Amino acid sequence: MKINVTDRDGGEHEVEATKGWRVMEIIREAGLPITAECGGACACATCHVYVADDWWDKLEPRGEEENDMLDLAFEVQENSRLSCQIMFDESLDGLKVTLAPE
Amino acid sequence: MILNVTTPDGESHALEALEGWRVMEVIRDWGVPILAECGGACACATCHVYVDEAWLDRLPPRSEEEEEKLDEAFDVRDNSRLSCQILMRDDLDGLHVTIAPLPR
Amino acid sequence: MSPDAASDKSFTVAEGSGPHATDVTIIGAGPCGLFAVFELGLLDLKCHLVDILDRPGGQCAELYPEKPIYDIPAVPICTGQELTDRLMEQIAPFDPVFHLNQMAEKLEKLEDGTWRLTTDTGTVIDSKVIVIAAGGGSFVPKKPPIPGIDAFEGTSVFYAVRKMEQFRGKRLIIAGGGDSALDWTLNLQPLAESVTLVHRRDEFRAAPDSVNKMRALVAERKMTLEIAQISGLQGEDGQLTGVVFKDKERGEWSMPCDMLLPFYGLTMKLGPVAEFGLNLEQNLIPVDTEKFETSTPGIFAIGDINTYRGKLKLILSGFHEAALMSQAAVRIVHPDKKIRFQYTTSSTDLQQKLGVA
Repeated sequence: MKINVTDRDGGEHEVEATKGWRVMEIIREAGLPITAECGGACACATCHVYVADDWWDKLEPRGEEENDMLDLAFEVQENSRLSCQIMFDESLDGLKVTLAPE
Repeated sequence: MILNVTTPDGESHALEALEGWRVMEVIRDWGVPILAECGGACACATCHVYVDEAWLDRLPPRSEEEEEKLDEAFDVRDNSRLSCQILMRDDLDGLHVTIAPLPR
Repeated sequence: MSPDAASDKSFTVAEGSGPHATDVTIIGAGPCGLFAVFELGLLDLKCHLVDILDRPGGQCAELYPEKPIYDIPAVPICTGQELTDRLMEQIAPFDPVFHLNQMAEKLEKLEDGTWRLTTDTGTVIDSKVIVIAAGGGSFVPKKPPIPGIDAFEGTSVFYAVRKMEQFRGKRLIIAGGGDSALDWTLNLQPLAESVTLVHRRDEFRAAPDSVNKMRALVAERKMTLEIAQISGLQGEDGQLTGVVFKDKERGEWSMPCDMLLPFYGLTMKLGPVAEFGLNLEQNLIPVDTEKFETSTPGIFAIGDINTYRGKLKLILSGFHEAALMSQAAVRIVHPDKKIRFQYTTSSTDLQQKLGVA
């Protein structure tokens, strides 16, 4: 299974993904530049990504905690998510995300 | 400040000691063989030494805890002490102790 | 930490001699061995522990259960026993299996690369990874430095009682002033020909009830108490005939005897681990500081028993070593598995393993 990540310079990366991992962890494992300061506790907003429109509906909606935390992120858009809050599974094979600016 | 140590084999060492250090620590840190398994907690009796008679009066007496722990030492004498319970200080400059035979 | 922190003391003790199969075998159930169960458990590795003591805790339980420790991070003060109890509580979700009262004796590599550990009581444990967390070594009885005593050991001099019948009808001398000396005095007195307890002073650091019972037997002339120390042994060909006592007022005298039981507490010896084929430096096991692996791949050493540049023999250092060792161990047990770094604070996966999510 894969996910597709667009980095901040527009570079595209197809990355190996593992069921049960957070999308943040998949991006981090692939060595792409994601800060993810708090390590996945939904406590820092530094794993902010934009989700491609055709994938948005396949995701669980944002939790309240995630929404609160996005208040601390920059350039938040309709399709903003904290990637530590997206659990990867088969239904997300091919998911497209773009790393938000830091 | 000097600590004079005689090993169970009869070797003599004059060791530079520091105020406030335990006699056990001085012996151990100069590499003279002493077990001192518990690291100075008065919990093992493996830092047993005999204090030269001339120095005995200058030491504070054994505590009850030390007395009890000496039950696990061998060939305990009137001048037996656990060296982790003796702190070096100015008036002990020149103190002479002999390390008791180690358990096998 | 309050004493009532010592809540749940139940844990799993192995049944039977095996062969038991597990992911990781830990030699030594002191604080570092116990915490290794936690770190390995978070990575889904199951552990068996071997320890010569009859309970977990190692030096913390044996040497200083009542003494305070002030340098455990975030625990301003706890005793050795409290630390042990807290660690047991922390690792309970991973249900480690304990093999107590036995010493790791032999380590061999099977054809498929599995390590087979055999203990001195015949327990066999197979695992892919061995973790040596043996501290200062095995706690074994202190043997008195009495000249010639080794010739009598096992025939006339015993440091433990395995079969009481062996002492029936014998003239026994028991040395020491703690619970072991008192307990065996009371237990063996009914079946021995005679019992003499020898101790250096007329005070005993044992359960008051045992001391009272012993004094009652002395008053009834059913046993003898000598306030003295042992200075020599008599006999030949491994058979004791007498023990020489010494006291500064009374000088030296001897007492006839068939068997001597010295109980002077425990000391630590590296023991059979020295024969495992690992590099050793002054009875310590050199390791790297990335994985805390020994000179033999698959065998790790953590806590007081290892050595590396800058090593400090602190419990907290052993905890760190346990965490890094675990990362390397899981790659040996599951070479194809992708290992993800997670925090217990935020990972529901880890929280499920801990039974809190």
